[in-house]
Amino acid sequence: MSSPEDNAPVLLRGIAALLAAALGVAIAGALTALPPSSGLRDAVTGQMPASGVAHPVTAVLLNFRGYDTLLEVAVLLLALIATWSLRLARPPAGRDRPGLVLQALVRLLVPLFIVLAGYLLWLGAHAPGGAFQAGALLAGAGVLLTLAEGRPLGPLAPAALRGLAVLGVAVFLAVALLALGGGRLLEYPRGQAGLLILLIEAASTVSIGLALAYLFRGDEPVPPERRP
Amino acid sequence: MDAPGSLILGLIDGLIALAIVALAFGATALRDLFAGVVLFIAMGLLMALAWVRLAAPDLALAEAGIGAGLAGALLLAAVRRLAGPAHPEGIGDDEQP
Repeated sequence: MSSPEDNAPVLLRGIAALLAAALGVAIAGALTALPPSSGLRDAVTGQMPASGVAHPVTAVLLNFRGYDTLLEVAVLLLALIATWSLRLARPPAGRDRPGLVLQALVRLLVPLFIVLAGYLLWLGAHAPGGAFQAGALLAGAGVLLTLAEGRPLGPLAPAALRGLAVLGVAVFLAVALLALGGGRLLEYPRGQAGLLILLIEAASTVSIGLALAYLFRGDEPVPPERRP
Repeated sequence: MDAPGSLILGLIDGLIALAIVALAFGATALRDLFAGVVLFIAMGLLMALAWVRLAAPDLALAEAGIGAGLAGALLLAAVRRLAGPAHPEGIGDDEQP
C-alpha cells in the first residue's frame, strides 16, 4: 500500500516542515502580541439576566449567537442527508458475531447513556452541558448498539427516523420565524427565552444524536419488512 | 495556592502540552492507519484534559465526546472498510484469486 506522498523527496518535505514551523511561530508571536482584553466577557455578563439561562456558554450559543448554532445544526443535517444519498455503505458490524458479554453490557449501558443525555441537556441551563454534549452521548449509545447488535436502530420506521433527524432544525427554524413577528430573527420574546431554549435544545439533542450515530453507521434507515 | 502545588500543576500542564504535540505527530506520521487512529483518540482525550486545565469544561466535554469518541469511532470504521474486501456486500462474496 503506497501513496503518492511516499515518494515525495526529502528536500520538499523538509521545506514543508520548515514553512509549517515558521507559520506556527508567527501565529504564536501574534497571539502573545495581542493587547490584554477581557473580550466580550463584560458584554455577556451584563446581558445574562435577560438570556433565560444561568450558564454563559449556553447563553452565547443559544441566545446571543443563536444564528451560528442554527447553522451548525443545519450543517450536521446536510452531512447526514449527503451520507444517506450516497446509498453505498453498509453498517460496519456483521463480520464476527458479537459476544454475549458485549451484548449484556450494552443493554446495561444504553439506558444509562440515555438518562445521562437527559441530565446533560437539563444541566446546560446553568452548568457545562447542553444539546451537543447530550447528543454526542446519545450517538455513543447508538454506536454501541450498532457494534453489539449489528442491526438497524430501534423499531422506528424510516419516515419517523428521517423526521427525528430534521426535528432539531425544524424546531429551531420555527422558533426563529415565530420570533420574527415581534422583532428580529431568533430574538426571543422577553420572559420566555429559557423555555424556548430548552425546547430548541431538546429537539436538537435528538437530531444531533441520530445524525452522529447514522454518520458512523453510514447506512440508510431500512423499513422493518426489509430487515434481515 | 502553595508553591509546590502550582509547581506540580505546571509540570503536569507542560507534560500534557508535550504529549499532545507528540501524539499529533505520531497520528499523522505513522504508516499503520489503525495505530494512527489510536494515537488520534489518545490525543483527543489529552486535549479534553487541556481544555479542563484552561477552565473550559464545555469544550472539554465536546472534545472528549465528539472529537475523541465519535470521530475516533468513525475513523476506526473507515480504517476497517479500507482494509476490508473490495465488495461492499462484505462476507460471502470474496472472490480471491
